[in-house]
Amino acid sequence: MPELTLQDIIKPENQVYVKTKLMTDNTLSYCPGCGHGTAHRLIMEVIEELGRENETIGIAPVGCSVLAYEFLNVDMQEAAHGRAPAVATAIKRLWPGKTVFSYQGDGDLAAIGTSETIHVCNRGEQIVMIFINNGIYGMTGGQMAPTTLPNMKTSTSPFGREVLTMGNPLKMTELVAQLPGTYYVTRQAVHTPSAVRKSKRAIRKAFQNQLDGIPGVSFVEIVSNCNSGWKMTPTDSNVWMEENMFPFYELGDLKVNGEIVPKK
Amino acid sequence: MGELRLMKGNEALAEAAIRAGVDGYFGYPITPQSEVIEYLMAEKPFDRTGMIVLQAESEVASINMLYGGGGTGKKVMTSSSSPGISLMQEGLSYMAGAEIPCVVANVVRGGPGLGDIQPAQSDYFQSVKGGGHGDYRLPVLAPASVQEMSDFVPLSFDLAFKYRTPVLIVADGLIGQMMEKVELFDPVPRLTDEEVIERYPWATNGKPKGQERRILTSLHLDPYKLEKHNMLLQEKYRKLEAEEVRFEMIDCETADYIIIAYGSSARIAQKSIQLAGEEGIKVGLLRPISLWPFPKQPIDDLVKKGVKGFLAVEMSAGQMVEDVRLTVRERTKVEHFGRYGGVIHSPEEVLEALKNQLIGG
Ligand SMILES: Cc1ncc(C[n+]2csc(CCOP(=O)(O)OP(=O)(O)O)c2C)c(N)n1
Ligand code: SF4
Repeated sequence: MPELTLQDIIKPENQVYVKTKLMTDNTLSYCPGCGHGTAHRLIMEVIEELGRENETIGIAPVGCSVLAYEFLNVDMQEAAHGRAPAVATAIKRLWPGKTVFSYQGDGDLAAIGTSETIHVCNRGEQIVMIFINNGIYGMTGGQMAPTTLPNMKTSTSPFGREVLTMGNPLKMTELVAQLPGTYYVTRQAVHTPSAVRKSKRAIRKAFQNQLDGIPGVSFVEIVSNCNSGWKMTPTDSNVWMEENMFPFYELGDLKVNGEIVPKK
Repeated sequence: MGELRLMKGNEALAEAAIRAGVDGYFGYPITPQSEVIEYLMAEKPFDRTGMIVLQAESEVASINMLYGGGGTGKKVMTSSSSPGISLMQEGLSYMAGAEIPCVVANVVRGGPGLGDIQPAQSDYFQSVKGGGHGDYRLPVLAPASVQEMSDFVPLSFDLAFKYRTPVLIVADGLIGQMMEKVELFDPVPRLTDEEVIERYPWATNGKPKGQERRILTSLHLDPYKLEKHNMLLQEKYRKLEAEEVRFEMIDCETADYIIIAYGSSARIAQKSIQLAGEEGIKVGLLRPISLWPFPKQPIDDLVKKGVKGFLAVEMSAGQMVEDVRLTVRERTKVEHFGRYGGVIHSPEEVLEALKNQLIGG
């Protein structure tokens, strides 16, 4: 067998992976090991594969992904904290033929933006909502989020989240699955290759629903790590996530084709 | 001659929105302006022009729908009254920062807090000084008749798109609720999607082939970039101050005293200057139509002409009067009169105040 030169290796037919052109070349602003970047890539791959690169408008949140528009190479609007679903509502209603998605963290979607989230999911706006749940406020330095687990330490629950005084973690995805306006509701992860593949299938299904003109929200939660906020190495944070987050935030589909998936 | 109708101010505003080719109205009910969304829902403009009318879950949602909708380059609008407008301030600040056009009507009621549902002009500061956080101004138009409730809708959209900014229409409960004859302008069709894409290259529409993508944001993490962005905004505000001042003057040429009043207060003051004339006191009326940019030049001209004093008449404890004082700079007397908390002053009370505070005092 002839030896491969560098020029051979980088020939298109020899490449095992090509970055989607819908991700810009800007250096990601996320901490190394953080799940946000993977989630970004999956969304853009799906949009490219569905041939929607000239038909898509995305809405960035306030949170670590506030700069999502620097990386997602489509038309983008940066919304106020929590309001992405309202912003998406108007865009989709005024451009019904376009693909519209929002991208939000758990503080954004499940605390300050709870009202917009619930009403968009209840009205059944024809949009895709991507929800990154890392159980903490990453951007502002690791404060307690509505999704923070009981006894979990954060900078505003330094002795652990005491449910009696600080409230219970909120399962927003279970909540929106109950609403008549959601069509597809699923919870995924992006910490292993197989989880990434499943997440991508889920994201593709969500965008395909919108493309098919099916009324209703397609809602994809991605349980993700915040290694910086959790004060762990990326690897440890993924182990911790499997051991602590997944038992509480169970992965899998909650609602498919408008029907609640019965619990196993 | 356009179509004549007898309408409430709120209804005229709503009808004007349909006729101006508005693409989307997003609102939340609050007295004294709920007729706007009620009228729109009953008229079903969606069937006539394709205009979207959506009752949002809150004013916070409405204004953020405007952020999204305005960002697409389409004409979007909301209306509310004082407490609802307070809730919108964060969104307005974002839109000023991201330079997104929209029109917001405030049919002002008495405050602070829940206040009451009677007419007031106590949101002047909030309207003309920026309202939300950051260094920004919004063009503010103050209708004084049902006719102007209609006419100011297309005018506001012209300004909103020319300067890429939210524009406020600040009325009060009286203008919103009273019925008057109004001559409606002929409907203009909504822009087609192709026209929107062609006209507004800054707007989000999915990046048609061959075009650069658009990012609408108010975030500039580098302070030097944010300073530069702010400088550009300030340039825009200077241009607005130079080119978009609107006002009306009645009997000012021969007047010894000037009442400055806008909206309902100007209507009342018109009667007061007539009563004054009957008593041989020469009073003129300067009515700011644009509350921001404020008509400083005509005030300055009147000072230079030697008028003996100004009475700012407003249904507030004295807000616009501060801008009058800033312009007059103690070269002559400036006083304030107004009932407030939803109480409307009578023309006689205004004349009394003028005599006591400017002539007698
Ligand atoms: C009105 C308002 N309140 C508070 C903030 C501060 N803030 C910015 S991001 C954030 C929380 C973000 O957390 P999350 O949505 O979970 O996203 P993450 O950073 O974890 O990805 C907060 C509270 C803000 N920007 N605006
Ligand atoms: S702070 Fe957390 S969520 Fe934010 S980029 Fe870092 S790891 Fe990711």
